[in-house]
Amino acid sequence: MIIEHPLLGPRDAAEFVYLGDAAMIDRPDGMTVDDTGMHDYMYLRDNPAGDIRELWYHEQGDRSWLVVTRNTITHEITKVELARDVARRSGRSR
Amino acid sequence: MRYSAFKILKEALTGNRGWKPVWRHPEPNPEYDIIIVGGGGHGLATAYYLAKRFGLTNVAVLEKGWLGSGNIGRNTTIIRSNYLLEGNQPFYELSLKLWEGLEQDFNYNAMVSQRGIMNLIHSDAQRDAFVRRGNAMRLSGADAVILDRDGIREKCPFLDFDNARFPIQGAIWQPRGGTVRHDAVAWGYARGADERGVDIIQNCEVTGFQIENGVCHGVETSKGPIRAKKIAVCVAGSSSRVMEKAGMRLPIESHVLQAFVSEGLKPVIPGVITFGAGHFYVSQSNKGGLVFGGDIDGYNSYAQRGNLPVVEDVCEGGMAIMPMIGRARLLRMWGGIMDMSMDGSPFIDKTGIDGLYFNGGWCYGGFKATPASGFCYAHLLATGAPHPVAQHYRLDRFLRGAAIDEKGSGAQPNLH
Ligand SMILES: Cc1cc2nc3c(=O)[nH]c(=O)nc-3n(C[C@H](O)[C@H](O)[C@H](O)COP(=O)(O)OP(=O)(O)OC[C@H]3O[C@@H](n4cnc5c(N)ncnc54)[C@H](O)[C@@H]3O)c2cc1C
Repeated sequence: MIIEHPLLGPRDAAEFVYLGDAAMIDRPDGMTVDDTGMHDYMYLRDNPAGDIRELWYHEQGDRSWLVVTRNTITHEITKVELARDVARRSGRSR
Repeated sequence: MRYSAFKILKEALTGNRGWKPVWRHPEPNPEYDIIIVGGGGHGLATAYYLAKRFGLTNVAVLEKGWLGSGNIGRNTTIIRSNYLLEGNQPFYELSLKLWEGLEQDFNYNAMVSQRGIMNLIHSDAQRDAFVRRGNAMRLSGADAVILDRDGIREKCPFLDFDNARFPIQGAIWQPRGGTVRHDAVAWGYARGADERGVDIIQNCEVTGFQIENGVCHGVETSKGPIRAKKIAVCVAGSSSRVMEKAGMRLPIESHVLQAFVSEGLKPVIPGVITFGAGHFYVSQSNKGGLVFGGDIDGYNSYAQRGNLPVVEDVCEGGMAIMPMIGRARLLRMWGGIMDMSMDGSPFIDKTGIDGLYFNGGWCYGGFKATPASGFCYAHLLATGAPHPVAQHYRLDRFLRGAAIDEKGSGAQPNLH
């Protein structure tokens, strides 16, 4: 798979480390959330067959986190964003 | 119809006209006591043990495709009971014991071949860890032998003992490990269940569940609705997709695992060999092909095919321990969808919905588990209580802080 890095252009997926569902960007506040909420965040996954937004880390490159939209049935990648931009758009400071 | 040497002889002399189809192709009844969703190894084994051990035969197995179209027909056929943790090892040892008696039990040749499995050791720390594992195995009643270099050389003289980066220092060897003909396992269990009255219904996809007030009364299928008192899901790589229809989210991601077979070679690999400094394992099939594989690709996938970086990684692992295979040509490669759980261990449990049961999270190691998984799932369905060796495989174990992290690698599926 080739990932179109927004800054570096096309990069081999083998340069990246995979973390999984991009929903993990929205970590609940550990001081306020209850056990079940934290459990659901950490352990439960939608695991869709079809389009998924997921986190890839460019470890052997510029060390940026990316949000990649990819189809889990065809492996086709349709969108790549910097995770930082995604997080900021959702109201996070960084 | 019982299979025996006498039967083969008789058929040979009478033109082979007496063989019959091994299972029926019934249409579904409107209602059963138990419906099993998924006709893979685990579903068929569950049906078999429900009928044979618990006398429950008003049972249907609903399979979306044909029998053996899932991972039961795609795996690399290795069986072993070389686990460390208490939540796992007694379960896998029960499974190995069931493998040992399986062919007599279901009167079908599954080619159970206990040629041994050898996990190579490449560092002092790894030897310590494997000795500890060996002790845990023996405490559970399994067999484990620590081999030194000479001991390995006797069995596998062709290994690259003095590889510059990964010299071989020893191995842990389980003589009772080995391989089994995977398709025959599905066929043998299917035949045994069918013979006792279980309806095996192929090309019947479960598309939804009939749930009222927290109780599951049946399923919607491509052949219409079917009711049942108990519904037991075991659909391996499709676990999340199916349980989503019951409104459940699982601690599971689906990942692709690839496998490879070389051209047929003369007998050279005595049993199963695994590389300890990377991920590569190999055995030789009865037809002579080297059957090998390594890590999952590591990203969510339902594609049943992988990508080239893993192919390269697997081949590098192979070349590091047995450079002699470098010129063997690859005949086939394929992928299967793994139900990777968060700690690498499976689930056999009730759900929060009455009458609905779940079996899954087998990762890349569910073939060896097939007999015990079916046995314990049948036990849970028939008695309402978990079998003692499967009591740790609960869906709420992460909430209770009771993960079974065999590899000690953390709560992320692609680390296992
Ligand atoms: C390449 C590879 C190598 C492996 N090597 C090994 C190994 O060496 N040793 C080992 O122990 N394990 C190994 N495994 C893992 C093992 O194959 C699996 O863990 C195990 O087969 C899963 O259980 P099963 O047989 O019931 O799954 P499957 O055979 O996949 O059965 C699940 C069934 O459910 C059906 N299904 C799905 N959705 C629906 C629906 N909606 N309605 C009805 N039916 C449905 C599917 O069609 C399928 O037939 C390997 C797997 C792969 C892919």
